[in-house]
Amino acid sequence: MRISDLCPCLCDRFAGQVRLVWALPLVALMGCAAGPGPNGINDPLEQMNRGVHGVNVALDRAIVGPGSDAYGTVIPEPVRRVVGNVAGTLDLPGDIVNNVLQANPEDAGINALRLATNLTMGVLGIFDAATALGLPQRPTDFGETLHVWGAGEGVYLELPVFGPSTTRDALGLAVDTVANPVRVLVDGSEADAVTAAGIFARLGDRYRYSDTIESILYESADSYEQARLLYLQNRRFALGQTSDGAGDDDFVDPYEDPYAE
Amino acid sequence: MPNNILPLTRRQFALTAMAASAALAMPRAASALTVDQARELVGRAVDTVNGIISSGKSESAMIRDFEAMFVKYADVPVIARSALGPSARTASAGQMKTFTKAFQSYISRKYGRRFREFIGGKIEVTDARPLKSYFEVISVAYLQGEAPFDVRWHVSDKSGKDKFFNLIIEGVNMLASERAEIGAILDQQGGDIDRLSAALASA
Repeated sequence: MRISDLCPCLCDRFAGQVRLVWALPLVALMGCAAGPGPNGINDPLEQMNRGVHGVNVALDRAIVGPGSDAYGTVIPEPVRRVVGNVAGTLDLPGDIVNNVLQANPEDAGINALRLATNLTMGVLGIFDAATALGLPQRPTDFGETLHVWGAGEGVYLELPVFGPSTTRDALGLAVDTVANPVRVLVDGSEADAVTAAGIFARLGDRYRYSDTIESILYESADSYEQARLLYLQNRRFALGQTSDGAGDDDFVDPYEDPYAE
Repeated sequence: MPNNILPLTRRQFALTAMAASAALAMPRAASALTVDQARELVGRAVDTVNGIISSGKSESAMIRDFEAMFVKYADVPVIARSALGPSARTASAGQMKTFTKAFQSYISRKYGRRFREFIGGKIEVTDARPLKSYFEVISVAYLQGEAPFDVRWHVSDKSGKDKFFNLIIEGVNMLASERAEIGAILDQQGGDIDRLSAALASA
């Protein structure tokens, strides 16, 4: 389906979303300006993106990598896990709002149950009791909400600090950040604590997956291309855009392609 | 909520990590491949992978085990040729042989090195189905402290033997990823296949 075909229905759907009407011009612009569908790579801003990627790699090398090493070395694993759990629980209200906007009662219910479980049995989010009880994580974001509403992926975008994204997902990230219900409800030092939990959780992730991240960032011949491929393929899979969820719409059968004969 | 601070998301970290463990093996079967046979083959491959994960061996031993399995069960020549892309057309038989060998060892080191991240984990085959001109066997990887994730094995008998030729981990296509990487190394080496093979051998 062409993106342009989606725009009218997108606008219709938006008309019903009074609260989010302000986002309409942005999304319509993004969706209508988008190139080919979800298969393949749409990266007209590659030159700029590569510049940002260079900055991100330098940032990782100079600050984020060493910072996460320090964090992982100084802070014991159980404490890091608690930080990750708290940050994960703080994400849940936003996930639930997005699930509702996506008209996905199942995930909204699971995330609400996760929130209730972790706030009670998990002692205010310190323990991820929900996962232990078999309630799986169902992370989502406003980029996915836009997808559900019919917005196209847009073009590939590498964001400073945040890394691989698309125009749709970057807008989603901005909305999630600004409209995060937890942030809206707290202020001052509490809001700072929420931000800190998020940042330390990311450092914990950077530490935990350091071998993987470093192999991509520092051992790939073209780390920009590898990061772009990983992000787009995994994102499309997560959004259920690949054939039967198989994740290989653009796959060429090596037994049939010309190089194989 | 936004999950992609830092260059990649959690899910991507996990899946790339898993790519390591998963870029593996395929056992053998009889003549025409059926969905049950494909499933059984991947089941045996997965048993072998699980064996390596839980072997407690050193990294170099795991890399050796990985390479042995990769050579035995994966369709290495087809994977190497596909990763090389259009240059495979103009390469001589001797160049292809050298490249394939270098590629095989490069893949084994690249992924075998990651096996220690999977200690305590396991993979379970859950389903299999025909897909296009081959079979897709679906498995779920369980890693300690990670949400379970999806690993799909693409199996074909077109080489004359039943072999796997691709892995799809949470949507990430290993063949596509290696095609991009090998293409980038080839560019760095001025498009020279001999230099590419040498670079892979020392990578």
